[in-house]
Amino acid sequence: MKILVAVKRVIDYNVQIRVKEDGSGVHTDNVKMSTNPPDDNAVEESVKLKESGKVKEVVAISIGEDKAQETIRKALAVGADKGIHVKADNYIEPLGIAKILKKIVEKEKPDMVFLGKQAIDDDCNQTGQMLAAMLNWPQATFTSKVNLKDKSVEIVREIDEGLETIEVNLPAVVSCDLRLNEPRFASLPNIMKAKKKPMEQINAKDLRVDLTNRIQQIKVEEPPKRKAGIKVANVAELVSKLKNEAKVL
Amino acid sequence: MSVLLIAEHDNSKLKPFTLNAITAASKIDSDVHVLVAGANCENVTKEVASVPLVKKVLWCDSPNYQNYLPENLAPLVTKTAEKYDHIVASANTFGKNFMPRVAAALDISQVSDIIKVSSPDTFIRPIYAGNAFATVKSNDKKKCVTIRPTSFDPAEKNGGSAQVEKIEAVDVPNTSKFIKREETKSERPELGTARIVVSGGRGLESGENFKLITDIADKLNAAVGASRAAVDAGYISNDHQVGQTGKVVVPDLYIAVGISGAIQHLAGMKESKIIVAINKDGEAPIFSVADYGLEADLFKALPEFLAELNKLNTIQK
Repeated sequence: MKILVAVKRVIDYNVQIRVKEDGSGVHTDNVKMSTNPPDDNAVEESVKLKESGKVKEVVAISIGEDKAQETIRKALAVGADKGIHVKADNYIEPLGIAKILKKIVEKEKPDMVFLGKQAIDDDCNQTGQMLAAMLNWPQATFTSKVNLKDKSVEIVREIDEGLETIEVNLPAVVSCDLRLNEPRFASLPNIMKAKKKPMEQINAKDLRVDLTNRIQQIKVEEPPKRKAGIKVANVAELVSKLKNEAKVL
Repeated sequence: MSVLLIAEHDNSKLKPFTLNAITAASKIDSDVHVLVAGANCENVTKEVASVPLVKKVLWCDSPNYQNYLPENLAPLVTKTAEKYDHIVASANTFGKNFMPRVAAALDISQVSDIIKVSSPDTFIRPIYAGNAFATVKSNDKKKCVTIRPTSFDPAEKNGGSAQVEKIEAVDVPNTSKFIKREETKSERPELGTARIVVSGGRGLESGENFKLITDIADKLNAAVGASRAAVDAGYISNDHQVGQTGKVVVPDLYIAVGISGAIQHLAGMKESKIIVAINKDGEAPIFSVADYGLEADLFKALPEFLAELNKLNTIQK
């Protein structure tokens, strides 16, 4: 079996983002970037399935500017076999990303596509589901457990009410939750080796899909700030404040 | 210019967030139609028909929709969407699961997780874990929108009498199978809609110690929340997680205990009306959003807190 795993380069999850004063977006210059956290889980699970012998090949793909290659190299350093960088310099909405991924799926013919359930920058939570719909494949979103069988995969999903178990036929799209596994760190020798792994480069334009963005970003602003609070000295004062000042008890 | 809203339910009862979604839908256009797809779900159609803001109920009954598998539900929504300009659902694990399939089938760029309707084509949505608000305008002819339920008040439940129209099921691909759902049963209020939430983090140090949290929750008739760290550590199940990738809550009172306040946790609770933080680390980021901060060892503070609450004559329910 073969897995295509999609990774996205985003502002690191520890960075406190700053909104640009002109309302055009957020500052990205000199800001630490890294792999979208649940995409790391997607890579880890793909590599684990390869180590278990059930999967033969793991192909990592990222779509974006040249630096997206760093994100792909990181996936290669923890065990992916080959990279595909689809070069695109402008922001592409999840709909366009799913169209690009569909083209790559048609070419690479994987049995499964793994990706994170949500990107922590635009918080859209769409790409996996859209790709599955375009391919007419089943999907497993918010996956926290994977049990791969011959022609299907049994998945435990995290839902609002608790956990749900489903079984989907292959080929399928699997979107990964943070609790799926513990992503490993790349060792230095493996980082060196990853530099020699093949990386294919494709221009997004050459794929001939409609990448026109449909959503116009009118402005980006800071959310309203909370009024500064106070520190209370002890529990009795806390309860008294909640009762008499905030009137919530 | 009608709006099609997809109801969330368990085949016998409507899930409360659908009422919040109805409010949001009515701000897009007053002609709100609600699709109830399920198996033997007639009771749900009655419940929806009695919501005054609902103008029409579309009822599709088939065993294929019993567990709202997205592979089955999305084609029905896509077909029903032909006559509508907006297709709307809650931005919870129900709506997030199927709506992008509908959007992709209709070649629409979905607008996810909106917190405000500025006009029928312009919405405000949080990005970067709620650290920025984006105003976005959809230029698609039809629009697929998911709404953050806690940003809209629930619609009035009774007094309406919308017409219920039965619609035909559509073919399903038979590519997915529901096996089971393990729901955490609790007597406590639901996390998403509770007036008070008491949340615990890694500072609790164990699942047993969560009893300190649940004791207070029970006293206050509150829901129990948790940080991702506490869920990852196995102290409590995933359905309690509050944050960017968990649940977003907006209670009147949010009490964060032993939670440092990572950006991702704040994303799920910082719109709460009153926030209390109890943490022994005075520098913890949670204090930056707290109205009342108590720098204390939670193992001492929580029993004292419970004792003080017991002294109060009345506690609002």
